[in-house]
Amino acid sequence: MDTLIAQLQRRFCDFTISLYHQGFLDDQFTELKKLQDECSPDFVAEVVTLFFEDCEKLISNMARALDQTGNVDFKLVGSSVHQLKGSSSSVGAKRVKGLCVTLKECCDSQNYEGCVRCLQQVDIEYKTLKAKLQDLFNLEQQIVQAGGRIPQVDI
Amino acid sequence: MSLFHVLGFGVKIGHLFWMLCCWFVSWFVDNGIEDKSGLLVGSVGDLEKTKMTTLKKKNKMWFWNKISSSGLKIPSFSYQFLGSVKFNKAWWRKLVVVWVVFWVLVSIWTFWYFSSQAMEKRKETLASMCDERARMLQDQFNVSMNHVQAMSILISTFHHGKIPSAIDQRTFSEYTDRTSFERPLTSGVAYAMRVLHSEREEFERQQGWTIRKMYSLEQNPVHKDDYDLEALEPSPVQEEYAPVIFAQDTVSHVVSLDMLSGKEDRENVLRARSSGKGVLTAPFPLIKTNRLGVILTFAVYKRDLPSNATPKERIEATNGYLGGVFDIESLVENLLQQLASKQTILVNVYDITNHSQPISMYGTNVSADGLERVSPLIFGDPLRKHEMRCRFKQKPPWPVLSMVTSFGILVIALLVAHIIHATVSRIHKVEEDCDKMKQLKKKAEAADVAKSQFLATVSHEIRTPMNGVLGMLHMLMDTELDVTQQDYVRTAQASGKALVSLINEVLDQAKIESGKLELEEVRFDLRGILDDVLSLFSSKSQQKGVELAVYISDRVPDMLIGDPGRFRQILTNLMGNSIKFTEKGHIFVTVHLVDELFESIDGETASSPESTLSGLPVADRQRSWENFKAFSSNGHRSFEPSPPDINLIVSVEDTGVGIPVEAQSRIFTPFMQVGPSISRTHGGTGIGLSISKCLVGLMKGEIGFSSTPKVGSTFTFTAVFSNGMQPAERKNDNNQPIFSEFRGMKAVVVDHRPARAKVSWYHFQRLGIRVEVVPRVEQALHYLKIGTTTVNMILIEQEIWNREADDFIKKLQKDPLFLSPKLILLANSVESSISEALCTGIDPPIVIVKPLRASMLAATLQRGLGIGIREPPQHKGPPALILRNLLLGRKILIVDDNNVNLRVAAGALKKYGADVVCAESGIKAISLLKPPHEFDACFMDIQMPEMDGFEATRRIRDMEEEMNKRIKNGEALIVENGNKTSWHLPVLAMTADVIQATHEECLKCGMDGYVSKPFEAEQLYREVSRFFNSPSDTES
Repeated sequence: MDTLIAQLQRRFCDFTISLYHQGFLDDQFTELKKLQDECSPDFVAEVVTLFFEDCEKLISNMARALDQTGNVDFKLVGSSVHQLKGSSSSVGAKRVKGLCVTLKECCDSQNYEGCVRCLQQVDIEYKTLKAKLQDLFNLEQQIVQAGGRIPQVDI
Repeated sequence: MSLFHVLGFGVKIGHLFWMLCCWFVSWFVDNGIEDKSGLLVGSVGDLEKTKMTTLKKKNKMWFWNKISSSGLKIPSFSYQFLGSVKFNKAWWRKLVVVWVVFWVLVSIWTFWYFSSQAMEKRKETLASMCDERARMLQDQFNVSMNHVQAMSILISTFHHGKIPSAIDQRTFSEYTDRTSFERPLTSGVAYAMRVLHSEREEFERQQGWTIRKMYSLEQNPVHKDDYDLEALEPSPVQEEYAPVIFAQDTVSHVVSLDMLSGKEDRENVLRARSSGKGVLTAPFPLIKTNRLGVILTFAVYKRDLPSNATPKERIEATNGYLGGVFDIESLVENLLQQLASKQTILVNVYDITNHSQPISMYGTNVSADGLERVSPLIFGDPLRKHEMRCRFKQKPPWPVLSMVTSFGILVIALLVAHIIHATVSRIHKVEEDCDKMKQLKKKAEAADVAKSQFLATVSHEIRTPMNGVLGMLHMLMDTELDVTQQDYVRTAQASGKALVSLINEVLDQAKIESGKLELEEVRFDLRGILDDVLSLFSSKSQQKGVELAVYISDRVPDMLIGDPGRFRQILTNLMGNSIKFTEKGHIFVTVHLVDELFESIDGETASSPESTLSGLPVADRQRSWENFKAFSSNGHRSFEPSPPDINLIVSVEDTGVGIPVEAQSRIFTPFMQVGPSISRTHGGTGIGLSISKCLVGLMKGEIGFSSTPKVGSTFTFTAVFSNGMQPAERKNDNNQPIFSEFRGMKAVVVDHRPARAKVSWYHFQRLGIRVEVVPRVEQALHYLKIGTTTVNMILIEQEIWNREADDFIKKLQKDPLFLSPKLILLANSVESSISEALCTGIDPPIVIVKPLRASMLAATLQRGLGIGIREPPQHKGPPALILRNLLLGRKILIVDDNNVNLRVAAGALKKYGADVVCAESGIKAISLLKPPHEFDACFMDIQMPEMDGFEATRRIRDMEEEMNKRIKNGEALIVENGNKTSWHLPVLAMTADVIQATHEECLKCGMDGYVSKPFEAEQLYREVSRFFNSPSDTES
């Protein structure tokens, strides 16, 4: 049993570190984790879920706006992307945030092609992140179920 | 002397002329200015001020002032001028044209005036010359005429009056010849007798010739000398005859001719005898000579007739006729020859008895010149009228003077026009250039701001990954590494730290340049700050063996209000420099009140090397602040701080290499270092001092330095803070409560250097320990012996200890009484000679390694004296802990449209124990914050759709104000509002962009501060602590 926990814990650590190293996450996620305590045990999950919901909504908003060829409301896209940027930086979704910055620039320069391309990337990126975080949470779950403690990962 | 006077006078005249010109130009300009407003403020001189009543006048005077004050400096004048005045160029062109036309007219007029003047003068000259000639001619003629008249009397007397006659032809001719000089104008005289027909025969017989008539003569003028008298016919029978009986030799051919037979002569004769006066003939060609001549005839009467005799009586009384022949041509010729300037004028004489046909008597008929003078000639015959006409021979000369004058005027006018034109176009050009420059300046400023922003952003962006690098390195150092690897990592970390500090500095510089740096106003403990800075440098100074010391005057209050971070930065900069360049000796930081320094400034003498901290010579401290404005000459302060302001003066003195004289001038320029080698040997960017200077400026202070190469440098700065001490606190003993366990203790410091002893004294004093300073060990022992109070410790400088330890210990051992006080060694570096003391067998002395710091001192003493170590005080914990204290139980509203952000912020604040309520929009926030409510603070996102943070805050403030008004008026129930008498909810902005959301902008719409998103504990603490002072206040 212990070995299983230890194994899980190591996997958890490695996975987390890889997430950081591959640039999916940054410090803010660590901060976020620090905020989770006994009073709010699911804080991170909650926030992250909120974030992904937000993502989905905003991305579909933007996609809709960009679909209207010839009459694209860049302002709308801009405000959406600003929101997305804010939430992604709050969560620490580093790659999404970076893409948001690029998308914002494209939007400011009214570069339709760039916007569409970036939006696609954002879509892919957030889905990847979602999958990764899902894995991470699953791992956590497993550790907890196995009766172990979730290890502190220092980045 | 006189030369100087002349020069001075010349200069004055020139100045006056300049003023006049300026006034003139200003008058013109005054009317050509489009934009007159905005020039007047503050530019009018005092003297003129009183005189001015109207705007226009003011304007003029402004111009005047500007010019006269700028003297003859035209560039500056035009510059001033261009500052705000626009020219109407077209208007000026017209003016120039008008000017030119005007002066052309003036010059034409001048030409005309001058030439007419000349003409007038010429006319006058001619008139006078002509008149003169006429008068002379007249005079001479009259003389001749008188003489002829006299001769007529002679004849009447001697020819007719005597019988027989006394005169015959021979006598007459002789007499006339000899008296001809008296009649210069007559070529000859002749006398004709009146012979009636009845007497003819007798007369002819008497004379021996017949009377002949002149008629045929006139018919056939013969120009022969052998004039044949016999050829003439005898005169036909007439009523009477007038045969010539006497004649001058020159006219002897006329003897026996009957004068009445000639047409001219007859008329003449008849007129003469009836009038009794001289009568002239019209000019006619004379007999024989055939030249033009005039004959003057006088009648000779038998008796003397009364003047009123009738013509009839006269005719009857006539005896004969005397005639004089005047040769006009030769006459006038002679006359003119007598006068000078014959060549200049032409003279014509005319007989104008018949006006329509003037008969020319003299002169050639040359073409008329136009200018002619006519003078009348009166020859005594009222019937005959003569006149003299004079003309200049030469044409009038060219009117050179008038031409030159008018041309000169024209040239001057054109020149002036050109100058005006050139000036105007120059001004126009300069104006354009100025506009261009202004635009360029604007661009440059914009570029500068952009640069600063860019720098700030980039620095910020670099800092984040650098933190990652540093953190990683730190972690790496904790792992197992061999020596080489550790060295590498340490180097990498040091470099990284250097980079981060450099970036911070650049960020600071950029912030200062873009004016975004604002100082905080927080209460802080100055002594604590200095202790911190000291501890920062302590390891370095210990390594180098440099003594580091701080002295703060008693009169500096414990708590000040200001920006501790920036103050610390300045100090760190200065001390960092000092420690970088100092290899031996000391670095001494002193803090005084400026007032204090003033009091001691006179008493301070030139410091001898012995009186410094380490005994090495230092740069003259006083020189470093001699340029301060606050210290105006003769030690009088120009600036009086208001009582709550604390004006500090801080000096950092070192015994380093000093600054080369040639580099001293650019020491405060950013990125300037003494030489390129400096950065290689000592590192650093050279930006520190420039930042320090800016910061000092922000603190309303000044910075200065004095430095002597190879001796050391002293940097001094002043800064103004406000007093953070409450009046009640001031009365307290200024010792901090944590060190209360030392209160009442007594120590003896053995130090022969007063400066160093003072530092030791200061630090022990802070712990509440009374200190006695003695220069030598013996005196310390002596003091112990006679002292009435117990001495708890003896502090000995290492220097003295090294010298006198043996002796001292021996003495101590001899007398065990002395053992009771604790022996403390003040050492500069860790490698002190404790071993020596150990072997003597007595209690090893406590070694305190300098720099002395209150906390370190206290800890060491506690350990050494065995006083119980207390728990560290609560509020020294990390900011997170204090934050928790501050925020526990507070009800806080967070407003953000972004769900995720909202959740995260809420989570963060909840973690600190706050009671968090969320709102998704500004509108909701307003509804929640409508007083009365129970919120303690609000964190507001700035960028929100529908209603942004600024707007929401403004509305909240409006509501609060209304509520406050109602409370004041007693409308609202105070009970309902708890104990609040006025509403002001702290609203903090949340923003990701720190640079953009400046404090000002937030304050403008009623916010109280801002925090960056995501929250940083320290910043959050800083902001929050301003509103929630003590955690226990509301809890209880």
